[in-house]
Amino acid sequence: MLSLVNLDKHFGALHVTDNVSLDLRPGECHALIGPNGAGKTTLIHQISGTLQPDSGQILFNGSDITALPPHRRAQAGLGRTFQITSILPEFTVLENVALAVQARRGSSFRFLRTVAKNRQINNRALECLALFTLTDRADRPASALSHGEKRLLELAIAIAGEPEALLLDEPMAGMGKEESATLTETLLTLKRDYPILLVEHDMDAVFALADRVSVLVYGQIVATGSPDEVRANPQARAAYLGDEAC
Amino acid sequence: MSTTLFLIQLLNGVQLGLLLFLISAGLTLVFGVMGFINLAHGVQYMIGAYLLVAFYSVTGHFMAAMLLAMLAALVIGLLLEVFIFRHLYDRDHLDQVLVTFGIIIFLNQLVKVIWGATPLTLDPPEFLSGSFQLVEGLMYPTYRVAIIVAGLAVALLLWLLVTRTKLGMLVRAGSTNAEMVSALGVNIHRLFMVVFGFGAMLAGFAGALAAPIFSAEPGMGDDLLIVAFVVIIIGGIGSIRGAFIAAILVGLVDTLGRSMVTDILKLFMDASAANQIGPALASMAIYVLMAAVLFFKPTGLFPARASR
Amino acid sequence: MRGANLAALVIFALLAATPWLAEFWGGSYLISLVMKAMILGIAALSLDLLIGHAGMVSFGHAAFVGIGAYTTGIMITEGAPDLSAILPVTIAIATAFALVTGAISLRTSGVYFIMITLAFGQMVFFTMSSLSDYGGDDGLTLWERADAFGTGLFDSDTGLFYTILATLIVVTLLLRRIVGSRFGRVLRAAKQNPTRVESMGYSVFAYRLTAYVIAGIIAALAGVLFANQSEFISPATAAWQRSGDLIIMVVLGGMGLRHGALFGALAIVLLEEGLSTLTHDWRLIFGPMLVLMVLYTKGGIAGLLEPRRDT
Ligand SMILES: Nc1ncnc2c1ncn2[C@@H]1O[C@H](COP(=O)(O)OP(=O)(O)OP(=O)(O)O)[C@@H](O)[C@H]1O
Ligand SMILES: [Mg+2]
Repeated sequence: MLSLVNLDKHFGALHVTDNVSLDLRPGECHALIGPNGAGKTTLIHQISGTLQPDSGQILFNGSDITALPPHRRAQAGLGRTFQITSILPEFTVLENVALAVQARRGSSFRFLRTVAKNRQINNRALECLALFTLTDRADRPASALSHGEKRLLELAIAIAGEPEALLLDEPMAGMGKEESATLTETLLTLKRDYPILLVEHDMDAVFALADRVSVLVYGQIVATGSPDEVRANPQARAAYLGDEAC
Repeated sequence: MSTTLFLIQLLNGVQLGLLLFLISAGLTLVFGVMGFINLAHGVQYMIGAYLLVAFYSVTGHFMAAMLLAMLAALVIGLLLEVFIFRHLYDRDHLDQVLVTFGIIIFLNQLVKVIWGATPLTLDPPEFLSGSFQLVEGLMYPTYRVAIIVAGLAVALLLWLLVTRTKLGMLVRAGSTNAEMVSALGVNIHRLFMVVFGFGAMLAGFAGALAAPIFSAEPGMGDDLLIVAFVVIIIGGIGSIRGAFIAAILVGLVDTLGRSMVTDILKLFMDASAANQIGPALASMAIYVLMAAVLFFKPTGLFPARASR
Repeated sequence: MRGANLAALVIFALLAATPWLAEFWGGSYLISLVMKAMILGIAALSLDLLIGHAGMVSFGHAAFVGIGAYTTGIMITEGAPDLSAILPVTIAIATAFALVTGAISLRTSGVYFIMITLAFGQMVFFTMSSLSDYGGDDGLTLWERADAFGTGLFDSDTGLFYTILATLIVVTLLLRRIVGSRFGRVLRAAKQNPTRVESMGYSVFAYRLTAYVIAGIIAALAGVLFANQSEFISPATAAWQRSGDLIIMVVLGGMGLRHGALFGALAIVLLEEGLSTLTHDWRLIFGPMLVLMVLYTKGGIAGLLEPRRDT
């Protein structure tokens, strides 16, 4: 449902995305792994429209979205989270999610009716918060959350946008072992509803969640396959899994 | 328009451009290195003009007065930096705008209180008065030639300073990445102070140079400040080279625009309409230029840093 | 009731009583001073939508006031003095100007946005200075006020006064609703984190441009009132220093805080007035006061009344 075709991008002399082709099938969780600086985040940015590729194509649900700005891609059904937590610090937790819900509930060019007490929006936002056990944090300012909670809020915002596919950039980044394990459980249930392109360093999570794994090294995909195949692939081991051991 | 007249306007444009460069140089560095919007930079230009007049009436010697005015402008700049601006580098741009706006209000009034509201005129010194024959049949006031020469000399000096000295290297590094410079163990506060004082002195120098032509009056720096901002935005914030090119460009567009737009309009509309619209278009020309530049290059012609 | 609301209520009551108070003290001078303050309040409130809620520091807002004033002045001079004509024309011009300059300005951000709005403001200023049929640099005295839909409401100072007060109240309520609406929420969110808002599916540009147009129209309406109140139009209305004044009002009043811009406008006008009775050179006091207030206070006047952020 999401396909990258021969994507290429340079940052000056750095070839950060080198002829990358990759696809995400309906119902699957496709993990993208690779060492630091491999270009994973840059790739996610290109899919979500934050960065433009130099060449290549991005297809989503059969249509070419390469030239669309980020908000149009989100409207088309691409939801994402950010590696570096990106939330609205001055809003309450509820309002963070409500804003994402609002994007799916008719036009926001409405100027006179107060939105803060809109039942429909708030109820849906609360449902999303409940998925990530953030219900009792709803009225806190988002900036007052712990790091782990902020990571969950990221996800709640993404889900609230009713995406057709999710791009998750290291959802476990900075989380403790226990938190990661809980989140892995949550993602396992989410996986039933949303195809996920997952960037993650936590190998336990990757092997628990992924149906397929692609390994990105210096901007190139060096291996793609089932978790077991990739685990056995010498190139992938050399480039990445080896590093993980030490 | 005759060729002579055109040449004279061209020279006037270059001369305005160089004055603008003297003001913009400090502004763009302070902006680029410290991320600081200094609206009060225009007042430093005004102060330079008044200081020249004041020191001239004391010493009776033009060059001595010029030197003293520059020194005093430097001191005033340093005092402002130490007592006020230093506390604003970490604040957001809005606070910087407000504080420096308050300083404009204060200093404009102070100048009025000390020297009165009427413009003070001053003759250029004996050896720079009169006119100068540039080419056959083209006379140009000697003092204006002197401004052009002085402006070019300072530009050259500045370029050498920025590209050839350790201080210049730090300044350039600072305007692309201030954190890195302070991480290298450079005393960034001292660097800021030097850059600031130097910028203030250059603005004061521009004001002093301009005094014999435009006379000294309260608020004379206000509109020029806006033009200087146009210059550094077009040139790209933090770039001396950009400021130089943009300053000359703006000086030429403004001067030639004022003298030619009406005539050009008369070619395809009737004279009275052209007289109506011409001056408006001419005074807008530099802003149109800036909007056009920003439209195509949102960070100016020679951006010093990737984003800010 | 919250502190700021209470203070605002007291202020509105005092404003409403001004024409009556003026009979005992201050006379028509007081009335016109308060009218001026309220008009500035309207303009400052509209600017706060941009600065306080959308994070767009526009340094050319006085241009819109100038556009309103000049449209009014020119139409009165040219024999179309009825508000039924003046208002639509003003709104149309302000909208067009805001759409064009806003679309260009919004390509930039931060410092560049401040400077490009300033440049557009200067363009308006110079255009007005060059209108030699309408006074050029010196400005133009209007020999009559606009016709308020044939009611003669503007013929008396009292009528104009209450029109201005009513406009102020309507604008206050309107802006408050806008800030709390779906639209306002997107705007406030984009101020904190535009990338995130963009990735939720909102075109931040479209929301900001709309806000720029709304603020521009309101400021232009303030300009219409201003031309009627002062019976004089001049390029000085659109000078960059006036844009600076509006920013001062917004910030000292309390950016993005309820009624902040109104408090700011009233406080600045009163302060200027008070200081100028002390000394002719009141700016020598006002300048340093401004510096000290920015350096040592946070949240402005509304922040003192109500330390909590308003949403
Ligand atoms: N805006 C940019 N300009 C220049 N280089 C960049 C930019 N963004 C990223 N890079 C460089 O591109 C390379 C890839 O970065 P990217 O963030 O995509 O890596 P990553 O695979 O996500 O790494 P990590 O696992 O650390 O998150 C890095 O070398 C980085 O320094
Ligand atoms: Mg990354």
